[in-house]
Amino acid sequence: MSSRNMPKWADVLLVPLISLLIAFALSALVILAIGEDPVRAMAIMIKGSLGSTYGWGYTLYYTTNFLLTGLAVAIAFQAKLFNIGGEGQATIGGLGVALVCLFIPWPNWWMAIIAAILASALFGALWAAIPAFLQAKRGSHIVITTIMFNFIAASVMNYLLSHVLRPQGAMDPATARFDNVLRLPRLHDILAPIGIDFSRSGPANVMLFVAIALCILGYVLMWRTRLGYEIRAFGQSEAATHYAGISSVKIIMIAMLISGALSGIMAVNSVMGGPQRLVMNAVEGAGFIGIAVALMGRSHPIGIMAPALLFGFLYQGGSELAIETTIPREMIVVIQALVIMFTGALDNMVRQPLEAFFLRRSGRG
Amino acid sequence: MDIATIVQILESTLRLATPLLFACLAGLFSERAGIVDIGLEGKLLIAAFFSAAIAYVSGSAWLGLLAGVAASVIFSLIHGVASITFRGNQLISGVAINFLASGMTVVIAQSWFHQGGRTPALTGDARFERLTLPFAEALRDVPLIGHVYSQILSGNSILVYIGLLCVPLSWWVLYRSRFGLRLRAVGENPAAVDTAGISVVRLRFWAIIIAGVLCGIGGAYLSTSLAAGFVREMSAGRGYIALAALIFAKWRPWQGLGAVLLFGALEAIANRWPNLDLGIITLPNQFMTALPYILTVVILAGFVGKAIPPRAGGEPYVKER
Repeated sequence: MSSRNMPKWADVLLVPLISLLIAFALSALVILAIGEDPVRAMAIMIKGSLGSTYGWGYTLYYTTNFLLTGLAVAIAFQAKLFNIGGEGQATIGGLGVALVCLFIPWPNWWMAIIAAILASALFGALWAAIPAFLQAKRGSHIVITTIMFNFIAASVMNYLLSHVLRPQGAMDPATARFDNVLRLPRLHDILAPIGIDFSRSGPANVMLFVAIALCILGYVLMWRTRLGYEIRAFGQSEAATHYAGISSVKIIMIAMLISGALSGIMAVNSVMGGPQRLVMNAVEGAGFIGIAVALMGRSHPIGIMAPALLFGFLYQGGSELAIETTIPREMIVVIQALVIMFTGALDNMVRQPLEAFFLRRSGRG
Repeated sequence: MDIATIVQILESTLRLATPLLFACLAGLFSERAGIVDIGLEGKLLIAAFFSAAIAYVSGSAWLGLLAGVAASVIFSLIHGVASITFRGNQLISGVAINFLASGMTVVIAQSWFHQGGRTPALTGDARFERLTLPFAEALRDVPLIGHVYSQILSGNSILVYIGLLCVPLSWWVLYRSRFGLRLRAVGENPAAVDTAGISVVRLRFWAIIIAGVLCGIGGAYLSTSLAAGFVREMSAGRGYIALAALIFAKWRPWQGLGAVLLFGALEAIANRWPNLDLGIITLPNQFMTALPYILTVVILAGFVGKAIPPRAGGEPYVKER
């Protein structure tokens, strides 16, 4: 995606920012069209998501989800693989979390979280492994197979929750609640010892720090190791890596397994950190938001942090909007669609005039 | 299982296959021209909403159909501008289309009707009535013919018959007309078409407009024939199942009809028997729901004949200078 015709800062910052502004302007028009005031809507969103530690507690909780799914999509993107299957991988990852939390009597939360991270990563990676293998060995298009696996995962989860994991006598398709010992420390518990009074009810928890650490690890992996170099090289030119003696099967498998594992780990936050039991649709579209986050962050492990926070803000702000105005929660799906459209598919629409502008300037100077 | 049950299943198969058929043929035109379309789902959904909304307001199912087709074509054109004009990633554009439809339908429905993202129930002329085919009554008591003609084929909405007619029509357009030859060529080797002095961009835009029209009819069928009004997410993955059917059919129209009838039958069976008892094992409802997707993965894996997509699919065409 890099460009020779404009400075790097313009490529990395200006293009996504302009795309974002267009997406927001169109969203404002939609809000106007349904008879609401976009300025007031923005004010409610900012106040509701960033105006209190309560709001921050939710914003950062969603941000944690999007950091992990965004990183998952970004690493697959680096190998030029479009993993739409984050939703399914996180669903199955949630199964791993639930099994570990329900059937092993952990003495404390930190042993449980390590086991849950490992289990969810394993389950998520396994769910990504079949589409990856079919792409690598049989050339089946990974986009289609991962979409199919999202639906299959939803059916599997529907079956398990309504027939196997549902406690006897319970009506709704969900597992039993996890033991209270497994409750993850929330930002309130973490910040209280150092004298910061953070809202007790926001679900943001230790997984936020795990997610940030994984993004940094992702950066190290992609830009400081041989494997990362091979993955990026494969994404740039499959033929060149082939001549360099790098196995395409190996790269596709590894990139997708990492991607699936990261999507899976997202479930530790949304299952253990959230409702503390496995419910239907525990992922809530975070797998898809990962696509928007990765596109905006230019598939860079550090670059995705700001968009992940932005979507965390939109998610929490959107909920507040639905409470305080007649704008339904689905408005954020519209914003998300516009962000994907303008930062992803219509990238050239913003890029071409900008490139022309910078070319003219450098021509004059 | 008696004959009445079989007839019932086949009848509901035909009804459930119809929206899949329209979406599958839409995908056929688009992908044969080299434009990958995972936005079928979104186009079905937006068309379903506008059809129901306009049908409710105007009281005419036909005006609803027109509105649904228009909405779907507009979404097709957005996809075209992104993936043809600006040479963007067709998959990403498709994903955006699906989310846009998913969000917009609920936002607009809530703003217009205040019923939690749905339209009011449609009655009378706002829905497509069921047509009785000629001689259906006379032939009713003839064995077999009576069952097939009078009970299964007859008594459906006119859109079902339009859908069935679209199959030979699509075949003829794709394989027997000059336009179809060029359309298929542009999906395989756009450079050759360009060399012959034919505009790749224009051909591809025509292909996605046809896809938009077909998806529009399919969406209108969902909300004004199959159901009586729009409810949120009512396309329920049908666009993806149609995509699966298209791959299953290896991008051919008649085989597409076969695939959607198969997937329609699976849905009909799953609706009739939530838990299918096969004697040895009982298949849960969820397995039947997942079966079209599992079958598609198996087909894609190339274990049952190889599914080879149009060669230039998914790649923007850059004119040589």
